[in-house]
Amino acid sequence: MTVNGERHEADVEPRTTLVDFLRGTLGLTGTHVGCEHGVCGACTVLWNGKAVRSCIMLAVQADGAELKTVEGLADGPTLHPIQRAFLEKHGLQCGFCTPGFMISVYELLSRTSTPTDEEITDTLGGHICRCTGYQSIVEAVHVAVEKMRTK
Amino acid sequence: MKPPVFDYAAPVSLAEATDLLVRHEGDAKVLSGGQSLVPLLNMRLARPAILVDLARIPDLDWVRADDETVAIGAMTRQRTVELSREVQARHPLLHAGLQLIAHPQNRNQGTVGGSLAHADPAAELPALALALDATFDAVGPGGARSVAAADFFLTYLTTALAPTEILTAVRFPTLARRTGWSIIEVARRHGDFALAGVVASVGLATDGAIDRARLVLFGVGATPVRAAAAEGLLVGQRAEAAVFARAGARAAGDLEEPLTDVHASADYRRDLARVLVGRALAEAAARARAA
Ligand SMILES: Cc1cc2nc3c(=O)[nH]c(=O)nc-3n(C[C@@H](O)[C@H](O)[C@H](O)COP(=O)(O)OP(=O)(O)OC[C@H]3O[C@@H](n4cnc5c(N)ncnc54)[C@H](O)[C@@H]3O)c2cc1C
Ligand code: FES
Ligand code: FES
Repeated sequence: MTVNGERHEADVEPRTTLVDFLRGTLGLTGTHVGCEHGVCGACTVLWNGKAVRSCIMLAVQADGAELKTVEGLADGPTLHPIQRAFLEKHGLQCGFCTPGFMISVYELLSRTSTPTDEEITDTLGGHICRCTGYQSIVEAVHVAVEKMRTK
Repeated sequence: MKPPVFDYAAPVSLAEATDLLVRHEGDAKVLSGGQSLVPLLNMRLARPAILVDLARIPDLDWVRADDETVAIGAMTRQRTVELSREVQARHPLLHAGLQLIAHPQNRNQGTVGGSLAHADPAAELPALALALDATFDAVGPGGARSVAAADFFLTYLTTALAPTEILTAVRFPTLARRTGWSIIEVARRHGDFALAGVVASVGLATDGAIDRARLVLFGVGATPVRAAAAEGLLVGQRAEAAVFARAGARAAGDLEEPLTDVHASADYRRDLARVLVGRALAEAAARARAA
């Protein structure tokens, strides 16, 4: 599979979940593990361009796939506009949920540069944040939209 | 929360896949999107000896829509169907139902066939299949066969498919002209399984009387439940609130004991069903008038 543009080959036990493979085998610990049954969104990664739950996907199911994790958002030291927007609008506190949120927002903004409020809430609705309050996250998405338009 | 040990196979043809299912009969599980199966593995509620992944089998991922039917390959992701402009235009009820399944991040991976084969009684697609008289296509060691929705859902998480059969496609008829529709549900949180839900369709004659009605309830029994007696109460009547309320009371009254669990009591689910039927019928009738 390709993760953040880099090819990886490994033999895995069939029962290894994708998130455990990313964190344990590849050392990409930016993707977090919360509920481990597909509800909270902390483990969300981009799989062939689509945001999916890596806790309820087996690593073998991603054989040959193209993946992007939160580590693949920034361009070297330059933060991605979505990351800058979360920073500016205080879209995070402890940061546990943040990588998942940003991957889903990334998918949304690669599909449309003008998301409706409904599309934004539908996307964010797939994520649970225990500290920030969702309003500042919604604002961060609006700012990210602006930044990506003027980029 | 880690899955138990199992073997994994990714066959490249249906024949190879059914061979594997026959060889491991009773111990093998088909894997499609994994949105129900992998959580069950993580919680060790399922312990198959081998998973047979359908992902590498060609020709299971497609949507074909015409005026009469929306046909969908079993491995098509729910999100793909939801975002299909053809489906939005030709089958707005199916489109609306898909949007109620979990979250977009689950629908990106979860498949249409997986949801139907899983047959959760609170799931939207099985209820839609029953309400629309969908047809299921399956392949097994004995060849291909088709099953009508009315014969497909047997009981809780159990369908007419043999353990060696694979669902390959489902065909949803579109709604007739001057037919309005509704799918509504109550869930604890947006994206959760419904505590109770209703699929309704209502056809209006030129004089405004109801000439066709279909009502299917979900989340309130071991399978999606068709409320045939309540449908009978509607036909020939005027499309108005008192008629809808009578149908709601009848549909709720006819339910066998709905589930009681940590989320809701049987009584609460029954009362939800009554209220939701009334609302769904009102919405469907309004759409029929506008159609
Ligand atoms: C947080 C969360 C919320 C959810 N909320 C809802 C909801 O509100 N409504 C809803 O309907 N669903 C909901 N789901 C479940 C839904 O997302 C699943 O997509 C669906 O139930 C199963 O589809 P799948 O493709 O993931 O199947 P899998 O999990 O891969 O398989 C499910 C079962 O079906 C069998 N199977 C799969 N495909 C076939 C086939 N082609 N032939 C024969 N057998 C097959 C498998 O062996 C397994 O037993 C939710 C899931 C999660 C994680
Ligand atoms: S850890 Fe995957 S959704 Fe919660
Ligand atoms: S920032 Fe702490 S859970 Fe979201």
